[in-house]
Amino acid sequence: MSREAERGEASEPTGSDGDTRDATREQASDDPTPDGGSTHPAESPLAERARPADGETPTTGLSGPRPEDRPHPTGRRDEHGVRKEPDEGPEPARRATVSALVEDEPGVLARAAGLFRRRQFNIESLTVGPTTVEGHSRITLVVEETEAGIDQAKKQLAKLTPVIAVGELSDDAVAAELVLLKVRGQEPDKVHAITSMYDGRTLDAGPRTITVQITGDENQIDDAVDAFDQFGIIEMARTGQTALERGDSPTTPGEEPGHSAASTEDDEFTNYDD
Amino acid sequence: MSEPATPESSADADEAASDAEATGRTATDEEAAARRHEAATRVPGTGANAVVAALEAAGVETAFGVQGGAIMPVYDALSASTVEHITMAHEQGAVHAADAYGVVRGEPGVCMATSGPGATNLVTGIADASMDSDAMLALTGQVPSDMVGSDAFQETDTVGVTAPITKHNYFASDSDEVGRTVGEAFALANTGRPGPTLVDLPKDVSFGETDRPVGEPTPPKRSVPTPEADEEQVEAAARAIERAERPLCLFGGGVIKGDATGEARAFAREFGIPVVTTMPGIGSFPEDDDLCLSWAGMHGTGYANMAITHTDCLIAIGTRFDDRLTGGVDTFAPEAEVVHVEIDPAEVSKNVHADYPVIGDAATVIDQLDAAIGYGDAPDPAEWREQCAAWREEYPMDYAIDTDAPVRPEFVVEAFDAATDDDAYVTTGVGQHQMWAAQYWTYREPRTFVSSHGLGTMGYGLPAAIGARVAADDDRQVISFEGDGSFLMTIQELSVAVRENLDVTVVVLNNEYIGMVRQWQDAFFEGNHMASDYDWMPEFDTLAEAFGAKGFRIDDYDDVEEAVEGALAYDGPSVVDAHVDPEANVYPMVASGAANGQFALAEDQL
Repeated sequence: MSREAERGEASEPTGSDGDTRDATREQASDDPTPDGGSTHPAESPLAERARPADGETPTTGLSGPRPEDRPHPTGRRDEHGVRKEPDEGPEPARRATVSALVEDEPGVLARAAGLFRRRQFNIESLTVGPTTVEGHSRITLVVEETEAGIDQAKKQLAKLTPVIAVGELSDDAVAAELVLLKVRGQEPDKVHAITSMYDGRTLDAGPRTITVQITGDENQIDDAVDAFDQFGIIEMARTGQTALERGDSPTTPGEEPGHSAASTEDDEFTNYDD
Repeated sequence: MSEPATPESSADADEAASDAEATGRTATDEEAAARRHEAATRVPGTGANAVVAALEAAGVETAFGVQGGAIMPVYDALSASTVEHITMAHEQGAVHAADAYGVVRGEPGVCMATSGPGATNLVTGIADASMDSDAMLALTGQVPSDMVGSDAFQETDTVGVTAPITKHNYFASDSDEVGRTVGEAFALANTGRPGPTLVDLPKDVSFGETDRPVGEPTPPKRSVPTPEADEEQVEAAARAIERAERPLCLFGGGVIKGDATGEARAFAREFGIPVVTTMPGIGSFPEDDDLCLSWAGMHGTGYANMAITHTDCLIAIGTRFDDRLTGGVDTFAPEAEVVHVEIDPAEVSKNVHADYPVIGDAATVIDQLDAAIGYGDAPDPAEWREQCAAWREEYPMDYAIDTDAPVRPEFVVEAFDAATDDDAYVTTGVGQHQMWAAQYWTYREPRTFVSSHGLGTMGYGLPAAIGARVAADDDRQVISFEGDGSFLMTIQELSVAVRENLDVTVVVLNNEYIGMVRQWQDAFFEGNHMASDYDWMPEFDTLAEAFGAKGFRIDDYDDVEEAVEGALAYDGPSVVDAHVDPEANVYPMVASGAANGQFALAEDQL
């Protein structure tokens, strides 16, 4: 017997028969006070069910076709919940540079980093520094994710309360990072030549070690590291990528070229919204 | 407040109150507004007074908490406040009570605790509120600023610990700002997608002097979403709904939190679209309505899971597509175009891709969709409704009764449902009893099913019942279903229910197992009942009497009626220790990661 049937005044225990179910459902809805009040007369459905007649089994439990006997659609979704053809493979990951303009307050970097950790976004590098606006910082992140993952990362980042705006940089954005390399000093002339080749600077030179600084995009830095490897790299420190959009394009939505502190109150400064 | 109100603001308040008296019902509203205004403009004197003024300015009536060293200045200020403080036995009780209070009221519940263990005891409940998008404000004491970082007595990095489980949290560092910060945190908790916020209050900031009024509680400007959805999104979604042959509404907790149940019900009824809900969405649509297929997911009804599997257009409103709802995403609504109405853009296409995202407030967007669906283009899926009705017949929610066997837990749930008003509140712990309370109780009104959904916190039921009782109108009943294992986790809060003489009925579906684990052990661990056998439970009815509550016991079917009537008639906290069939299992069941349409009706089908 169904729970709806149970509320029917005159329902008899008849098992899970469909017709009875419908009939008692209507009865239940006709009853102005199907289960109001806190007391029940002896002939109430509650009393009836509380003391079924001897040997009577009024209900049979769950019933219906077994799982394998039910119709099931053939379509499927991928791991991002996108409907797909059965033979489509997984979506490839790509690298994206994301720039977030944030309030410069204690803990904001920890909030951003914690978010990426707990949501398992693959993060290649993260840099942070001041902007032209007092009280604002820029966080630049390089992530390697599928399209859906990048989209999620941007939206989750934008949800953090101290985050002002989030943007993904286009392919032609200007990007650079810096590396410090401490190499063995046995061949100073050759070290100097390679440093010049990469437009680098020598920061420290001694009898045993030479420390140089190289800036450039990621590929240039990778190449430079390979080139210096012949001398034996003793220590290396690399900043990770920082980037700005090229030309007049704002790096994060609503960010205006050369804006002043006052203009940050503008309504244009809204959260990332796709 | 220890600081007297300024003569001017008192005069204003009196005037507003007398003006309002003439107009009847609005009198109390205007009085309340005048009190809030007075609190917002008053000179607080100290940081602690500013915290309390901020609560009053936000209209907070009740706070739940536990005293302690670092929060003492705030409690001292609270003693002179209009905010009623309810001392709980444990901070976890305070946070769950505040959570449930907020669910029932539709405004942030407030809880308070001291630093260190006080704050860490709140953590479970804050995480719970975060998972369920429940608006809540937690205030925690902290060691004095100059001792922060020194591993001082009862010091914990509360802001660090709670950062991932709050919408946002704040470390108050300035007595002049602390009141404004508390107001902002309160407002933020209920702005857009609700969630918990926390303000950590170092003792020196609470003691510090300030003459700056706290002002009206205001959320950060960037956090306030636009209620209206983009018209292009609305139009695209409307076209998808128009061309659907098997449309299905999926109402999530967001429908209730967005106060959109009126709009949602009207929408489904206007177009005759069947409705399934999520568990947090229970009550958004009356479950005794012919259009309603109850809730879908792991232990949802067979017919809801069939409908969600076969729909060609899923109109999902205010849901985050939790794995307990979707089962395996690969087989979730595999033929459906998904219209996803959401206030939080980050939930769109997070778990299930939205073909038609519609970002905005649920009530506003439903009205927009309603207007955008052209006259004559509206779907009338009569055949689909018949199919859904057929599934309802094919997979009835039912259980077998054998009068010689132990009482079925489902029967106890139905007995209480039958004996209570339609608008009674039900709170639950977590486990089998929670599923039975969700399956076999017929919910008709929003905010009546108060449960721990996303986090699945055992022990939620009793403190939630206390919060719901305090929040609810006196004429509405509060029933809490608990399991034996779940109840024992927060049973100490019974002392609070007794002290406050709260009319709540706790129904313990006692199977002397941590039953859901036992069920899974039987299904997936070859019946190895490791650490799930709870035959060491106390007698809960006797224990209730020791607390000063009224105890009842059910051993067989003959006991049910008397216990139900006795417990409901008792004006105060009562506990019904219902000894139910220890072998009863929760079905239907969609195994983890399986297809919803492949729900098992019994263990041999898993």
